[in-house]
Amino acid sequence: MAIIVDKISYTYEIGTGFEHKALQQVSCVIGDGEFIGLIGHTGSGKSTFIQHLNGLVHATSGQIYYNGEDIYDKDYDMKQLRSKVGLVFQYPEHQLFETDIFKDVCFGPKNLGLSKKEVELRAFEALRLVGLEENLYYQSPFDLSGGQKRRVAIAGVLAMKPEVLILDEPTAGLDPKGRDDILSCVKRLHDETGITVILVSHSMEDVANYVSRIMVMNDGVLVFDDAPKEIFAHYRELEKIGLAAPQVTYIMRDLKKAGLDVDTSAITIAEAKDSILAALRAAKE
Amino acid sequence: MIRDITFGQYYQTDSVIHKLDPRVKLMGTLVFIISLFLGKSVWLYLGVTIFLAAVIRASKVPLKFIVKGLKAVLVLIIFSAAFNLFLTAGEPLVHIWKLTITKEGVYQAVFMVVRLIYLIMGTSIMTLTTTPNHLTDGLEKGLGFLRVIRVPVHEIAMMMSIALRFIPILVEETDKIMKAQMARGADFESGSLLKRAKAMVPVLVPLFISAFRRANDLAMAMEARCYHGSEGRTKMKPLKYSRTDKAAYAILFAYLGAMIALCAALGGRIV
Repeated sequence: MAIIVDKISYTYEIGTGFEHKALQQVSCVIGDGEFIGLIGHTGSGKSTFIQHLNGLVHATSGQIYYNGEDIYDKDYDMKQLRSKVGLVFQYPEHQLFETDIFKDVCFGPKNLGLSKKEVELRAFEALRLVGLEENLYYQSPFDLSGGQKRRVAIAGVLAMKPEVLILDEPTAGLDPKGRDDILSCVKRLHDETGITVILVSHSMEDVANYVSRIMVMNDGVLVFDDAPKEIFAHYRELEKIGLAAPQVTYIMRDLKKAGLDVDTSAITIAEAKDSILAALRAAKE
Repeated sequence: MIRDITFGQYYQTDSVIHKLDPRVKLMGTLVFIISLFLGKSVWLYLGVTIFLAAVIRASKVPLKFIVKGLKAVLVLIIFSAAFNLFLTAGEPLVHIWKLTITKEGVYQAVFMVVRLIYLIMGTSIMTLTTTPNHLTDGLEKGLGFLRVIRVPVHEIAMMMSIALRFIPILVEETDKIMKAQMARGADFESGSLLKRAKAMVPVLVPLFISAFRRANDLAMAMEARCYHGSEGRTKMKPLKYSRTDKAAYAILFAYLGAMIALCAALGGRIV
């Protein structure tokens, strides 16, 4: 049970003179329960790629299989796919439209044709999962703060009970607290429900702290697909395509160069701290 | 999805027509429309065709691109052709069921279709070769004399350029919101007309909100740069006629004069 992407390519505006190759021969396998970070520079094709996974964009060539079924088959139920692969767009708070938060979250499950009771049950559960205070449920979504609005929008997708949750730059434009709230909420979701999560970002710190696998895109090509430690070991190549390793990686390398025996593969602040303390203790003895 | 509307779009390339002063192009469009409605004669239309073909050639915009813009008005063209074909009184040619096609009807229909097509092609040449900013600059300067009778020319031009500038942004925004709602299971393609209209609510509400938000931001940004209307405002690139522009004016008026002369010589004859 997984998503298999087989050599998909996508070209924008074929035959108009404004042709642009957004994706070229991208292949990968996304397993159940994985927590994946998708990183790349602006315009690298990340957003186009994730829109393929729930069938919003149809690849110019190549195949995608969801749980073994070809999603480009004529009789494949796209609506079903969209409920299984939940996609949260960039700035999702801009899609809110209902008069109160609860109704807005109900929109997704209602479209699935569920009974009223089931719809409301799912909406409550989704709002609880994103950690929104109950006294806000019947307020207008436009009265909330940026981070709260975003959590409502994520709940709107979660209420469809997707098996895969894709978040496109969920932290863009949020303050540090809003960012931590969203990311820890996603992390908790992943741990509690076992849902597959794909996190699109260009902040290495965000990605390094949470994911177990990283895919790097550049100019429509998937250039790296590996565990975070392996990816950030290639920091020179990352810099060439306009990305960088987390800041601690650089500090660790400098410390090592300065003669302190630390583990240069540390990518989070917690790991770095442990490694530095251990090295200092060893140096004392 | 909705990105393939070419009518009113700018086509980036380097040609004589692109470099012309927008006022010349505005005047040219006006002259072209006048010549199109001068009379109903095959010779007259031949002249118009040659002029239009020459301008399209000089503009370096692919013909395919211009023709694509006609798709939007195809229904209108078919309707006006049908009405003229069947409802014009005169010498009957063919009877089909209760409908009669007359000789005059055929002429009328053909002229109408040609007129409509040329009208759209001619005007789209202007928008295809002129950036919206340039166009409104030209309008502002070209209609500047109206300020004497207290028409707020600058304000109107500014509103126009903002409106034009926002079309692609709003199209993109619509596309994005539609996709976002589709990801939440919204369905815009099936069901009755009423159901489909209702399905647009989740798109229109966010679209309106974002349009207002953008308008707010823009107003704030303009104010932050001390925008206060036309009084005493100078341009970084003021419009100035070059020699090519003067030559273009000469060609335009020679063309118009020739067409009027031709029309007078032909009298009311069609062929």
